[in-house]
Amino acid sequence: MQPRRIAADVVVIGAGVVGTGIARELSRYDVRVVLVEKQADVAFGTTKANTALVHAGYDAEPGTWKARLNVRGNALYPKTCADLGVAYKNCGSLVVAATENEAGYLHELKERGERNGVPGLEVIPREQVIELEPHVNPGVVAALWAPTGGITSPWELAIAYAENAVANGVELLLSAPVTGIGVRRGRAFSVRCPGVVMDARFVVNAAGIWADDIERMVGRDDFEITPRRGEYYLFDKRVGHLVSRPLFPVPAELSKGIVVTPTVDGNLIAGPNALLVGDKGDLSTTAVGLAEVLEGARRLVPGLPIRESITNFAGLRAVAAPIGDFIIGPSPGVPNFINAAGIQSPGLTAAPAIAEAVRDILADAGLALAEKPDFNSVRKRPTRFSELGPEEQSALIESDPLWGHIICRCETVPEAEIIEALHRPVSCTTLDGVKFRTRAGAGRCQGGFCGPRVVAIIHRELGISPEKVTKKGGASFILSGRTKDPLLERADECVDEREEVGGRAHCRV
Amino acid sequence: MRIAECDIAVIGAGPAGLAAAARAKQCGACRVILMDRDRELGGILNQCIHNGFGLQLLSQELTGPEYAEHFINEARDAGVETMLDTMVLSVAPGGRITAVNRSGGLMRISAKAIILAMGARERNRGAVTIPGMRPAGVFTAGAAQRFVNMEGYMPGKRIVVLGSGDIGLIMARRLTWEGARVEAVLEILPFPSGLTRNIVQCLNDQGIPLYLGHTVVDVHGEERVSGVTVARVDDSLKPIPGTEWDIECDTLLLSVGLIPENELTRDAGGELDPVTGGPVVTDEMETSVPGVFACGNVVHIHDLVDNVTREAWTAGEGAARFVAGRQPAGLTIRTRAGDGIRYVVPHILHLDNLAARDVRLFMRATRPDERVQVEAVVGDQVVFSKFERVVRPAEMIALTIPRGKVSSGVAAFGSETRLIVRVRPRDCDAGPKGGAKA
Repeated sequence: MQPRRIAADVVVIGAGVVGTGIARELSRYDVRVVLVEKQADVAFGTTKANTALVHAGYDAEPGTWKARLNVRGNALYPKTCADLGVAYKNCGSLVVAATENEAGYLHELKERGERNGVPGLEVIPREQVIELEPHVNPGVVAALWAPTGGITSPWELAIAYAENAVANGVELLLSAPVTGIGVRRGRAFSVRCPGVVMDARFVVNAAGIWADDIERMVGRDDFEITPRRGEYYLFDKRVGHLVSRPLFPVPAELSKGIVVTPTVDGNLIAGPNALLVGDKGDLSTTAVGLAEVLEGARRLVPGLPIRESITNFAGLRAVAAPIGDFIIGPSPGVPNFINAAGIQSPGLTAAPAIAEAVRDILADAGLALAEKPDFNSVRKRPTRFSELGPEEQSALIESDPLWGHIICRCETVPEAEIIEALHRPVSCTTLDGVKFRTRAGAGRCQGGFCGPRVVAIIHRELGISPEKVTKKGGASFILSGRTKDPLLERADECVDEREEVGGRAHCRV
Repeated sequence: MRIAECDIAVIGAGPAGLAAAARAKQCGACRVILMDRDRELGGILNQCIHNGFGLQLLSQELTGPEYAEHFINEARDAGVETMLDTMVLSVAPGGRITAVNRSGGLMRISAKAIILAMGARERNRGAVTIPGMRPAGVFTAGAAQRFVNMEGYMPGKRIVVLGSGDIGLIMARRLTWEGARVEAVLEILPFPSGLTRNIVQCLNDQGIPLYLGHTVVDVHGEERVSGVTVARVDDSLKPIPGTEWDIECDTLLLSVGLIPENELTRDAGGELDPVTGGPVVTDEMETSVPGVFACGNVVHIHDLVDNVTREAWTAGEGAARFVAGRQPAGLTIRTRAGDGIRYVVPHILHLDNLAARDVRLFMRATRPDERVQVEAVVGDQVVFSKFERVVRPAEMIALTIPRGKVSSGVAAFGSETRLIVRVRPRDCDAGPKGGAKA
């Protein structure tokens, strides 16, 4: 079959918060942009599994991309999130020193932050820390207060970026792994996905932990990404009040350490530890890693009750070697192939600024950027029943009774909200997709109650048979078939099976 | 916003809610509204299509839906009003309920008394912290049961079950009958968590191996489960390095316990027992909030539905008495779990009730034992004692204290006096122990 051909000015590879942010930034201009993503949905990589922090920007070495884009990104957050209807809370953050030695280091951090241009940093004494955070380790000596710190929802932001980009003319291809990039005379000219060939004047590599593999497709091997795995515990909303803002320990060498922070949804999250792993698919949690997370978290908040944990998970950060900084700019020797790679922490905070930086690099490389008169920067926040007051809730149910039919009991998500999520501009076909958009299944029972019901709604609304509904795309099927099917399949082997089953011990201790 | 008023509002129409509502109505309450978030009455019984329900109470071996039907009919005949597909969003400390459904929208329901019967939810992977990958194919046993029994879909073809709770055992058999292959059932404890009859009928009779003292230490597979690593555990339930082996499978079912669903109880301001996870209740099944009653798995996890129904009758009667202003007053005594007992429900007993009627206590043993006396002790006096051939943590013990056994004279002991229930080996000296351990 002849592949579909798409002519694009820019192909952006990777629909995490970085790629979607770049695509949305470019959608302001009169350029043809295609955003391709190998997974079944946007935000399914690093974006869905991180600490969800908007960093102030005192950590990074002054003069680096990380330092500049963190501080700039932080400043862009309020407007970006307001325009796109994304949860964001400017609650400030604290770096908590547990010893006099550590307290001394706070001043170093403060100075570094000031050189980076972080406003309002202040070292505050023990009493003030305890007043701000009554559940903090009483052994606290002092803390660095960063008023510009905050929290957000990374996947909400990526989904909102993607929806706004699509609304402004960007084409989004999901389940579209890049299989090759055509290069001629030192310039990339096409990007191939199964069944699609895109002619591209520029290619942006925002492929996260796979960015080195993508760069190799243009014959370059400038960096290598080694994923750094971070494990997390998520806690019930019941203990969400234990902290009011991100609490950091004094940073360790490898990372910012194990953080305890509220989420914008009212939960508590603790993590990450940091372990370099060889396998880019290794999203496993480990008993050792989770114990490390709990121990680290309890150094900050000793009263953190493990029995209130509702899930644990791991995320992979794209750590690039040999360069410790973000890799942003044209690939050496392929000037129209622009990397936005090695985006580890503070990548989420930097994302809006990375989008601007990549835009400028594209302009310098010769992409004409004429502003579109009809660009609409606003994407309305989807209605969330649980966020409304009683009058608004009543009015909604009157307009459509399905607003009164609660599917997810833990997060109070009605059927109408799920249906709406399934029909938005960026298609959502999976259980995880529904969870990230509506929070159905994100609560304390983790989909035990609503899972079967959401499968049924996806089936009804999208015409996907229940056996074909997946957790997160690919072969992550929820169900294996109709009941009795396996009996028919195995009719032939039945006799042998019985004998074997009969031979197995009944009770082994 | 619509507003409804009633004598008694019952939240949850599973076996507890059904029996409590019917009994309250039969005892003279005027308007009793029974609410449930599902589309049918009966709660989880509807997906429990196996038999074995009602042996004790109805002297019949019924399926879950049949047992439900019996009590649905009783509630209907008694004149209980039902509201289905209705989610209770909150119960304000004053007892005002906010609920929502498609036809009524957002509603306020004010009731003179409330009976909480929300049941329990299953402990999931996060609650037991199973490390590993996070592919599709990890289900709680109850969610899988719904898929198989209610919707006609298979969760997988090669199954490993973690936990020997009853739902997991029942599902191991069900999935085998549906053509799946259950590779193993793993139980971290040295003894099974489910009823003996389920071990026999669901595992032994099906040739499914049960590995006691084992757990899952890793889950494999990126998209769908491809296998699990299991290991033996030591006495402190920690996996023993070097004992691991892999089992290929596409599904991991979790049957690792139930958590009483007490979000609304917390809303209402009810005091919770950290051991049961449910509200502290009196022998009327009244919580620490006057007029708010509770029964069934929301109070403590039961083994048999028959016991749920019995407890619900007590709650229904208690709520009806409350509405009629005929509640027992006067002195109370608290119960406490003694040696060999994990918890006792109810927590508070009225001396008037102890004098006037038989009072049933439900409890669980901390460890399996044989040939024991289960004793209720006040001060240094054994007020009632019962021989049990076998006690197992999986099976609830009921101890009915005959009327008049605890005399009102115990009031003389003072408010710190407890009615302690303990397990004592039968064959050793029956001399007084000077009070049981707490």
